[in-house]
Amino acid sequence: MTRLEVKRSMLASIVPGLASLGKKGLAGWLVVIGTLIVVSIVFMTLIAPWITPYDPSTRGINVGRPLTPPNPQFPFGTNDLGQDMLSRTIAGGSVMLQVAVLSVIICIIIGVPLGLFSSYVGGMLDRTTCLVMDSVYAFPGLILAIAIAATLGRGVVNMALSIAVVYVPSYFRVIRSQVLSIKETPYVEAAKSIGAKNRTILFKYILPNVVPSIVVVATVNFADAILTAAGLTFIGLGVEVDIPDWGWDLANGRRLLPSGVWWVITFPGIFIILLALGFTLVGEGLSELLNPKLAER
Amino acid sequence: MTLRSYVVSRILLTIPMIFILLTIVFIIVRVLPGDPVLLHFEKMENPRAMEEMRQKLGLDKPIWIQYFDYLFNLLRGDLGKSMQDYSPVASQILSAFPATLELAIFSMIIAVSIGIILGVESSKSYNKPKDHIVRIFGIVTYAIPVFFLGMIFQIVFGVGLRWLPVGGRIYPTMEPSGLRIPLSQPPGGFATHLLLSCVAGLVAVMMCVVALKIRGQKTTRKTLGLLVSLFLTVWILWALAGWRFITLGELRISTGLYTVDSLLEGNPYKFVEALRYLCLPSLTLGLVISGVFIRLTRSNMLETLRLDFVTAAKARGLKEITVTYGYAFRNAFLPILTMMGLQFATLLAGAVLTETTFSWPGLGRYIVDRINFRDYTAIQGAVVFYGILVSLVSLVVDLLYAYFDPRIRL
Amino acid sequence: MEKQLLAVEGLTVEYWARRGRVRAVDSVSFTLDRAETLGVVGESGSGKSTLGLSLIRLIPPPGRIIGGHLWLEGTDLLKLREEEMRNVRGRKIAFVFQDPMTSLNPVKKIGEHFVELIRTHEPKTGREEALRRAEKLLNDVGIQSERINDYPHQLSGGMRQRVMIALSIALNPSIVIADEPTTALDVIVQAKILDLLKNVQNVYAMALILITHDLSIALERCNKILVMYAGQMVEYASVENIYNKPQHPYTRGLLKSIPNIELAEQKLEAIPGSPPDLLNPPRGCRFWPRCPSSIGKCREREPQPVETEPGHFVRCFLHEVAGNESN
Repeated sequence: MTRLEVKRSMLASIVPGLASLGKKGLAGWLVVIGTLIVVSIVFMTLIAPWITPYDPSTRGINVGRPLTPPNPQFPFGTNDLGQDMLSRTIAGGSVMLQVAVLSVIICIIIGVPLGLFSSYVGGMLDRTTCLVMDSVYAFPGLILAIAIAATLGRGVVNMALSIAVVYVPSYFRVIRSQVLSIKETPYVEAAKSIGAKNRTILFKYILPNVVPSIVVVATVNFADAILTAAGLTFIGLGVEVDIPDWGWDLANGRRLLPSGVWWVITFPGIFIILLALGFTLVGEGLSELLNPKLAER
Repeated sequence: MTLRSYVVSRILLTIPMIFILLTIVFIIVRVLPGDPVLLHFEKMENPRAMEEMRQKLGLDKPIWIQYFDYLFNLLRGDLGKSMQDYSPVASQILSAFPATLELAIFSMIIAVSIGIILGVESSKSYNKPKDHIVRIFGIVTYAIPVFFLGMIFQIVFGVGLRWLPVGGRIYPTMEPSGLRIPLSQPPGGFATHLLLSCVAGLVAVMMCVVALKIRGQKTTRKTLGLLVSLFLTVWILWALAGWRFITLGELRISTGLYTVDSLLEGNPYKFVEALRYLCLPSLTLGLVISGVFIRLTRSNMLETLRLDFVTAAKARGLKEITVTYGYAFRNAFLPILTMMGLQFATLLAGAVLTETTFSWPGLGRYIVDRINFRDYTAIQGAVVFYGILVSLVSLVVDLLYAYFDPRIRL
Repeated sequence: MEKQLLAVEGLTVEYWARRGRVRAVDSVSFTLDRAETLGVVGESGSGKSTLGLSLIRLIPPPGRIIGGHLWLEGTDLLKLREEEMRNVRGRKIAFVFQDPMTSLNPVKKIGEHFVELIRTHEPKTGREEALRRAEKLLNDVGIQSERINDYPHQLSGGMRQRVMIALSIALNPSIVIADEPTTALDVIVQAKILDLLKNVQNVYAMALILITHDLSIALERCNKILVMYAGQMVEYASVENIYNKPQHPYTRGLLKSIPNIELAEQKLEAIPGSPPDLLNPPRGCRFWPRCPSSIGKCREREPQPVETEPGHFVRCFLHEVAGNESN
């Protein structure tokens, strides 16, 4: 219960901040609604072990008759293994969230320094990096991720790695264009003219200015990572069967569709949409709040 | 920069990009896992079979020789042999690709039309309820996994309402054959055929002359030379191609696109069937991609609608539809064209999932199937094919951009 | 009233921004006779461009006309349906915009602009005939007719403004509104464009509304002048009266800031201060914070326009008494 209380007090401190965002018009509301969706799903996933009515993992096989339609005992029905879909839906976000968080972290660790140094140094290094990044960027993301995931094998870390490779160029490009424009601003020129070190300029002048863009890209990227992870799982490159996962439920439910079993895919699917939607709303709103002109583009 | 130098530099830029892509794919598939053959067999149970496969696929050589083999074979259009059945990957890919192309074309048409119509409407009622609804629609399409939408459509329109088929390209045994005309040898053999073929050359020249007349250009010595060479080219090509079909006994044209082939076959029933099978997959993929086009059309329209020449056009009393589409949209169109090129990659990625959902026998299905067989040479070949395809499409789109923008045009 | 071509009564335009309403044009009234030239003078932000656009009902959102009448030959333009209004634009009232570089559609040839315009308003005209008319119009404004096949970016700024003028007179409208037609052009070209406007005005017998920030241009080329300040008409009179007997302190200030070539050692005076923020206009007269001769009640109440002599209107307490007497 103490963990629950901590969560409550955290929520209580977030809520007033969100309420003030609501005053900034549509963009503010997008951020508020998106944050609420994401926070509630993360919260639900965290407390899943305590609130699932049945065991969602393989130990929960045959808690009900297989393929029971939604009824009072199993509000979301059961799947072909007789697992409770309500429990699986509540607990099924963890893999996707882990993959998404991990891949975004990897992207930031690789993409941001690469973008900063490459564009600040310029010259051959910059041109080569750009060419490589552009080649990857132009490639159909999911297909590249499939190729990588297929060679690396299953597992959360491998999925995160293969997704990260696909999205590093997005970070690189945004950082690079920002740095190039900030490099030309008078205050950076002024800092140079008084003999500031490159390191000082890079970390004290340029980095703070690109942080907002990093936040926006990362938020939007969360949604991409979740959808890509769902896609990888759907074609059979996800994690092991034992862990409840929305993507796995969708892949599994596809085989059951022709016999009219709609409940196995519907609820996990809706939660994937909600999670991706939450991040997209936050990203959309933030980019409009942080850079009103950019949002129009 | 003139148009010509732009075209040359753009083409030159494509070459290193493709080269980098090929290298990346090689590293991922051949170098990263260490040994694709080992992965294929999963266990060390059958060393002899593994050794045999290494030799057959050339995987026993040092890695850098494998790399150069890979690059040179690609130049000859050879994507290697499948680990599954040792048949050439390139021909497997080419037979699967038309299905993907057909799906991609129809999805793109749906996505662009939805995107343009909703985007224009939304920008015209900026910040009004209609605008907000369209924007939310755009955001939601972005967040929907394409396979989930596909499955919902399957349940509703296929399983529930039974309006549309839920999988496959067409009813088996109904595959359209394309155009087939039986041909017999003319009396006198190749000589007569050659003589008759010059009619084709004449027809081509006549069409060209008429076109020149309509555009009001005068025939000079230069155009005369061009006309003569056109005549010779068409004559010789027609004669050779025609003779090949004559020796085969019939004229065969099939594109692999079922909608086109059924029309070539002259079978409207098959055409309708092909469309019915296309309906759900292309609608699914089209809807998911449309969000990007809505967003882009809207923001570009908002920008151009503010421009002076739009107000000036309204001040001249031009009709609203002229101002919207002829002025604002025509100037907002070029970024949309570029986006079509960029989204082609997203479309192909989405097609992998759509094809899996709808059992659509295209390139995406091929990759997914081969993943289950751990057929790494096939996966590598298909990924390379996707990469080259996307680079070429973006090249074509950029060239079109240059052609359509009068400010770049010569 | 019969002979008046255009009579504007109490025209009021507001922009409804999120932070509040901005009254960009505040009950402006004037009249325009055939072949007459009216100069609308004011600083940037004084609402003169909004006034121009509102005459053809083309204020961009969130702006809207919230009151007044626009009588054009006896019909109130504000009561027309949008489709009827579209027929007025271009045919009855034409508009020449400030920046010729951006006023033509970059993806359409010059000739296409004419064909489109002529065939929209006269659907029976053939394409060829429209092109022939375009060539003649271009000749009239001093552009070779071959230019009909050029794209806008192939023309210089001055040439594009000539094209805009040719477009505006193509349907022989009775009024041309020119909004700062020379501001975006080189100084040498400016005079030529203004002469051209004057010239086509005479040839085609049109009325011209010349919107400018430059009082000297208006004095030189107009019959009547309307001086605007912060969305309000502060003085409206014939050119002679404005020049010889300016009554509003703002008009006087403007006159003093015009350099005069005959006075070699003239001291130019600028009006101190800057125009008010229209979201938050000062109480009382909008000009008092910058006014050299403001009196106590200027800060309390807003003056109303009064007619000090026939055809001479001024919005200032200094002349209220005189105006009341003449009434």
